[in-house]
Amino acid sequence: MANKIFVDVVVKYDAEGNIIPLSILWEDGRIFEIDKVVDVRPAPSLKAGGQGIRFTCRIQNKYRYLFFEEPRWFVEGS
Amino acid sequence: MERVILHSDLNNFYASVECLYNPKLKGKPVAVCGRVEERHGIVLAKNTLAKKCGVKTGEAIWQARLKCPDLVIVPPNFDRYLKFSKLAREIYCDYTDQVESFGLDECWLDVTGSLLLFGSGEKIAQTIRKRIKAELGITVSIGVSFNKIFAKLGSDLKKPDAVTVITQENFKQKVWPLPVEDLLYVGPSTCKKLRSIGIFTIGDLAKTDVKLLGEYFGKNGVMLWSFANGQDQSRVSNIEATHTIKSIGNSMTMPRDLVCDEDVKVALYVLCDSVAARLREYNFYCTTVQISLRDNDLYWYERQGKLNFPTCSSTEILSRAFELYKANHKNNKPLRSVGVRACGLVSADTTQLSMSPDFVNMEKWQKIEGVVDKLRYRFGHHSIMRGILFADRNLSGANPKDEHIIHPVSFFNGF
Repeated sequence: MANKIFVDVVVKYDAEGNIIPLSILWEDGRIFEIDKVVDVRPAPSLKAGGQGIRFTCRIQNKYRYLFFEEPRWFVEGS
Repeated sequence: MERVILHSDLNNFYASVECLYNPKLKGKPVAVCGRVEERHGIVLAKNTLAKKCGVKTGEAIWQARLKCPDLVIVPPNFDRYLKFSKLAREIYCDYTDQVESFGLDECWLDVTGSLLLFGSGEKIAQTIRKRIKAELGITVSIGVSFNKIFAKLGSDLKKPDAVTVITQENFKQKVWPLPVEDLLYVGPSTCKKLRSIGIFTIGDLAKTDVKLLGEYFGKNGVMLWSFANGQDQSRVSNIEATHTIKSIGNSMTMPRDLVCDEDVKVALYVLCDSVAARLREYNFYCTTVQISLRDNDLYWYERQGKLNFPTCSSTEILSRAFELYKANHKNNKPLRSVGVRACGLVSADTTQLSMSPDFVNMEKWQKIEGVVDKLRYRFGHHSIMRGILFADRNLSGANPKDEHIIHPVSFFNGF
């Protein structure tokens, strides 16, 4: 089972009220820039357990899910 | 014009949500149960595996464990269920505004007006089923029919994650062979009575002379007959429809039995504070107070009494409730659960004034309690408490106003 890892996220709120995550601050201090958000939809996290708005993000040429489960953000750890 | 009505039922709702949040539970029999320490230790919901072992909702935990030794017990998280219930309703609202909740996990949808936009009832049902699974991660079974009763019946026929269609043409084959207790409003005692006159299936009921049913069961008999024949005409109410509030009440099963008057008073204070605060929230006064008591042999009864003036003061409600308790609970058996209900509600805007000193005193208390409401709103429920509640923090720790407000609903609400 994957871990549910809550992370700090830098987020941009645009004028329309859209939420766009820009970067993730990892627990060890590393910062991962999000190159692109390719998909946004409400979805469950079947691996880590939870439900929220799921952002499919391209980070360093890999695709990762980032969940906004109000009021916190989490990623599925391995 | 024939209506198209959907009844959507979230499968094993509480248990499904818990399994979603904890993937480790996958493949294990799971039951969501109240806390044993607080003596709420009964099965609230179970998943399919636990159901297969024969675990039933409402059983004590030890009974369930006897049937299913590997059973995993998890505590309930009502916030999560409220969240999922709301999310599901938001999905339904994409297809119609006629959405009527029946508890947290069930809803009726009238999609008659949306057929041109989204296609047939079955198509809408399939879309909703897929969306719930993809967006919420839980499954739903949906019944599609031309009235509310058959739609509900349909959602029970195939589970989980399925759609069942019952039409004017096929309902005689699909519905009539089912046992009569599957019909809404046929409970254990009606079922027993029906069997005693030779009615075992819904078809039997439909073919019985309606006059005979009227003689046996009164107008309910006629109602059941029309249900069985697919003639239910009740409407699906609008999502924004709020039903008229007839009474406001709270009850609690206490962490330990209440053995003396002092204990009962603590419990009543907690309940009366909550009831009075809710009265003020909805701008009501009550004219009657009702208490319900359950002793440690599970014997349960209710008593009610009038108030001298309409009030929303917890102090007044409490003194009447305590009087009722003293007057009626003569055998002094320890009490397991108590409830307080404010009935005979009148609007707080138009009340009869009085010169009586009692009335003036009551008005003073109402003002004080209004201030307490404001303090609690700003600083939290436990920021200001009555002194007596510190007598036993186990008994008085609960906050019934904000925890567990799940309203019981009736099929006939709004009519």
